[in-house]
Amino acid sequence: MAPILSVRDLEKTYDGGFQALKSVSLDIQQGEVFALLGPNGAGKTTLISTICGLVRPTSGSIHVCGHDALSEYRAARQMIGLVPQEMPTAPFEMVGDTVAFSRGLFGMKPDPARIESILKDLTLWDKRNNPIMALSGGMKRRLLVAKALAHEPKILFLDEPTAGVDVELRHDMWRIVGELKNKGVTIILTTHYIEEAEEMADRVGVINKGEIILVEEKAELMRKLGRKLLSLSLTEPLSDIPGSLAHYDLKLEDEGRSLVYTYDTQADRTGITSLLTDLSQAGVRFHDLQTDQSSLEDIFVGLVSQG
Amino acid sequence: MNFEAIKVIYLTEMARTRRTIMQSIISPVISTVLYFVVFGAAIGSRISEVDGVSYGAFIVPGLIMLSLMTQSLSNASFGIYFPRFTGTIFEVLSAPVSFLEITVAYVGAAATKSILVGLIILITASFFVPLEIQHPVWMAAFFLLTAITFALLGFIIGIWADNFEKLQFVPLLIVTPLAFLGGSFYSINMLPEIWQKITLINPVVYLISGFRWSFYGQADVSLWLSLLATTIFLGGSLAVVHWIFKTGYRLKA
Repeated sequence: MAPILSVRDLEKTYDGGFQALKSVSLDIQQGEVFALLGPNGAGKTTLISTICGLVRPTSGSIHVCGHDALSEYRAARQMIGLVPQEMPTAPFEMVGDTVAFSRGLFGMKPDPARIESILKDLTLWDKRNNPIMALSGGMKRRLLVAKALAHEPKILFLDEPTAGVDVELRHDMWRIVGELKNKGVTIILTTHYIEEAEEMADRVGVINKGEIILVEEKAELMRKLGRKLLSLSLTEPLSDIPGSLAHYDLKLEDEGRSLVYTYDTQADRTGITSLLTDLSQAGVRFHDLQTDQSSLEDIFVGLVSQG
Repeated sequence: MNFEAIKVIYLTEMARTRRTIMQSIISPVISTVLYFVVFGAAIGSRISEVDGVSYGAFIVPGLIMLSLMTQSLSNASFGIYFPRFTGTIFEVLSAPVSFLEITVAYVGAAATKSILVGLIILITASFFVPLEIQHPVWMAAFFLLTAITFALLGFIIGIWADNFEKLQFVPLLIVTPLAFLGGSFYSINMLPEIWQKITLINPVVYLISGFRWSFYGQADVSLWLSLLATTIFLGGSLAVVHWIFKTGYRLKA
């Protein structure tokens, strides 16, 4: 199936000479949740802004549902809803009015029933006649989502949807994304919270210094790059790792009370069986064991620091 | 054309006027009444007639023009500056709206407001002095042209300004002096000869002269020159707006 969004060799150099995007190519499939990860200043917002028409590309092409984002900007933009990172709102406007305004901007006839259902979905219906400045931070963020959805876009961009919000709100936002995905909306979100990508995304892209350095299915990424830790709680504390176990990647932690083995899940042999045999031969006994998979965060830090 | 977008931007801008009815409509009326009291009654009683028109009536076209210019300018500049300041402009720029549509909506709303103010002042003035409008079609034409031209100029200022000081700078330091010195309250024939010549550099002279002609059939400069100057002014503003949108100046990185 043709990608719903296709970015080819996109470059952006700002007037000051700063190159924010270096030959970025990216395909987004319909219905997926794509997380774009990257540290601050990596180019996440520039990429989104360029796709949405807020920043002019220096070179390269963007196609949205087959429409060129520059020469057919009306058709392309019609497909897209954008929730920006900052929370720009007109303080004195009414909640209901501003959502209706967003719909009108996209050339769509007023549809009060539609606006009502969007506001209800985002639990803003009770606030429809309040000025925006009376809303809390979390409500404002939901309002921005409502505005972005007012014209029924096929693709929704969420730029840092949970930056600086509390845990409850973050889970709220995750729930909203889940519901939208179920309705078939393609979602592209940027974040530097790894747990967010881990929670929501189908695929993950990592951008650093204006370059996409990796695009991978999230599960595949975790499997590929994931290292697992096996922790053994020892019955008797050890002061040193016995010489017969030196060829294993072992570390003593917790004042010698636990032994940690790092292994690669991708390897043909994890070495666990032989380790356990060697341990018992060396007379090391343990009373408990657990395994931990490295998080996306560890993977991410590893990738970015390489660059 | 995305007419729906033009409609919602226009109506949202007009709704802002309703919310701020005091400063949008009432305050220009009050200041106009003050002008009448000061210039018309207090000073005007000592100046009998200007070119055969009573002084009170003579200043009406100038006063309307003055309000029309300053109102168009401030409404349009604030109308586009405020969304830039709050950041809400992103929504308009990422919507399937052409630059022409954006300009028509914002400038149209600002011009509508200033025209309303101008009409209210005209009606207010009719209570103070006997008015006659000899050439109503010309009057409407100058009225519209001036409102649109200065709204365009305001739109440009609102895009150019990157702080509130700059937003105030052009209206206060350039347009208001030009309007006062452009013959709002006097005929340029009343000036010393050298100043009569210098005054002709001021584009506002042509607007006021043409507008006053449509009322009383008397002008400082010829009607066609007035019309030409106004049209050049309008064309220049349109060219700048076109350039802004072509280059994305201050709107798109």
